[in-house]
Amino acid sequence: MTTEIIQLLTPEGERVEHPDYSLGDVDIKGMYRDMVLVRRIDTEAVALQRQGELGLWASLLGQEAAQIGSARALSPKDMAFPSYREHGVAWCRGLDPLRLIEMFRGVNNGVWDPEEHKFHLYTIVIGDQTLHATGYAMGVQRDGSEDEAVIVYFGDGATSQGDVSEAFAWASVFNAPVVFFCQNNQFAISAPPERQSRVPIYQRASGFGFPGVRVDGNDVLACYAVTRQAMRAAREGEGPMLIEAYTYRMGAHTTTDDPTRYRLASELETWRLRDPIERVRSYLARTGEADSTFFQEVDTEADELAAKLRAACLALPDPPPLALFDHVYADGNAILDAERAQYTAYLAGFEGAE
Amino acid sequence: MTKLTLSRALNEGLRRSLENDPKVMIMGEDVGKLGGVFRVTDGLQKDFGEHRVVDTPLAESGIVGTAIGLAMRGYRPVCEIQFDGFVYPAMDQIISQLAKMRYRSHGHVTLPVVIRIPFGGGIGAVEHHSESPEVLFAHTAGLRVVACADPGDAFAMIQLAIASDDPVIFFEPKRRYWDKAEVDTSAPPSDALPLDKARTVRAGDDVTLLSYGPLVRTCLEAALAAGEDGRSIEVIDLRSLSPLDMATISASVARTGRCVIAHEAPVYAGLGAEIASRVTEECFYSLEAPVLRVGGFAIPYPPARAEDHYLPDLDRILDAVDRTFGY
Repeated sequence: MTTEIIQLLTPEGERVEHPDYSLGDVDIKGMYRDMVLVRRIDTEAVALQRQGELGLWASLLGQEAAQIGSARALSPKDMAFPSYREHGVAWCRGLDPLRLIEMFRGVNNGVWDPEEHKFHLYTIVIGDQTLHATGYAMGVQRDGSEDEAVIVYFGDGATSQGDVSEAFAWASVFNAPVVFFCQNNQFAISAPPERQSRVPIYQRASGFGFPGVRVDGNDVLACYAVTRQAMRAAREGEGPMLIEAYTYRMGAHTTTDDPTRYRLASELETWRLRDPIERVRSYLARTGEADSTFFQEVDTEADELAAKLRAACLALPDPPPLALFDHVYADGNAILDAERAQYTAYLAGFEGAE
Repeated sequence: MTKLTLSRALNEGLRRSLENDPKVMIMGEDVGKLGGVFRVTDGLQKDFGEHRVVDTPLAESGIVGTAIGLAMRGYRPVCEIQFDGFVYPAMDQIISQLAKMRYRSHGHVTLPVVIRIPFGGGIGAVEHHSESPEVLFAHTAGLRVVACADPGDAFAMIQLAIASDDPVIFFEPKRRYWDKAEVDTSAPPSDALPLDKARTVRAGDDVTLLSYGPLVRTCLEAALAAGEDGRSIEVIDLRSLSPLDMATISASVARTGRCVIAHEAPVYAGLGAEIASRVTEECFYSLEAPVLRVGGFAIPYPPARAEDHYLPDLDRILDAVDRTFGY
């Protein structure tokens, strides 16, 4: 089997055409801006973790194009289900990055209204969200809605999870309007894709009865074009599709990881030459679509965003102790109510104490 | 009033819920054309369509995982897990996702999913078809866990479970599916005892006997036999396993001074342990004897030809009752 990769912008920043995927009129400068801003958010979050202000951070470094390209292809009504590294998708769905910071700081488990942003909560258990997305898409189908579809993000490691195979099967037999967007960033912490699958990931879709494609995950234009087409097909009743965005996790798995134990520096250097942001910058500069003032403005905006985020992070209060007991049940619970009352009384015993 | 089996009463309850709320769905293995292996969903697909009564692929995690997604979209899915021993592939979705979603989202996401599970032994089944895993769910915050025991209550409870905005694990006593009783199918669920309340099914003065699901009938038979010997047993059907209705339990034990808990699940770290601990704490000065437990042994569920030794029966329950009078 041949492995074809869809590309519209080369690592050198050259626009190339693809017979099946046209680009149309797109805001490439906007894509550039988004990618720079989310990389800056990411850099700041890693720094905050190193300074002890966050418990953990999962860096998206290197995956900006896959996330910004795919998320910009969504319509406002489309629903997105992330894993836990989709900071770029969150950004495109209008989520304040402070919501992500709150989760990794440990003041909550990642709280926002999924319906308000059409962006579900982060999911940490690998692959679980693929079934939620498929069920949600079955709901879209039952509502008879023809102007919305669902996209679900997961990684190369997740493809080994049973839930992902079940989601593929379900989506296929029910022809659910869901697009499976796999960011193959080459690592499930330390394990390479060869440890997950003997065949390229996108080819697994054919066994379930729906199409799969591999796109250059560091090419924001290709990710945009391919996702836009897949979402349109899903909305029009053509069923699910698997997109494998072939990319590279340039950072560590999370801030607790040490990638020098399992990869060579030379490999990282090779992928740096395919940086998702640099190629867009080259393209914009060479074609004259953007000048140095634009790039300077974006960099300044990014620094301001990071400074604001840092200040907001440091100002986050810890949750009040009795909030522990909130939102466990909708209907009230006598056992939990008794524990809350008991702990309230216990805490009250310390009031006024030295 | 109509005389119905427990299976049929559940069917009627599901039918009412499907009629009253267009968002209610039923999904599971063989629930459509076949009507479920215990016929609980018999005829529902024919009347409500394949989009509302869904024959799913054979994968329990998929059933629960997609039900979660449907609930996020505003549906109220009722999942059938075919047998108790088949729920384990879905445990990750139940424990890590279904139970925690309201909490982690600070109430933004409500998941009104019901998971029906036929449970317990006594039907001569092969392995994995006779288990009582309720305590695994009772130990998981965010879930409501209930068990029905007779047709009338089952009819009301399934409707209450579907109406609840919390995820409910709904245990059905499979060896009692064919028990018949009068059911008032015209009664609205709002008239029924709330889902989190225990129910005194037989009043008595000498000892409180607590149970749920399949053993409620056994306990009533035991109470009847003991009554002939002049011993008055109060039998309480717990109904709700999480949360426990301690107010009803403790009020009874404070009066009788003795308490025995019977369940098919292993005694070790079972629901009886939690109840015994709470009763001891709440009724310490009223107790005439330690709280005793009758249940399965600390072994995997045995082969069918030996299950009569494993399952608590009338004699083992009365033996425990007698022992509470030996202190």
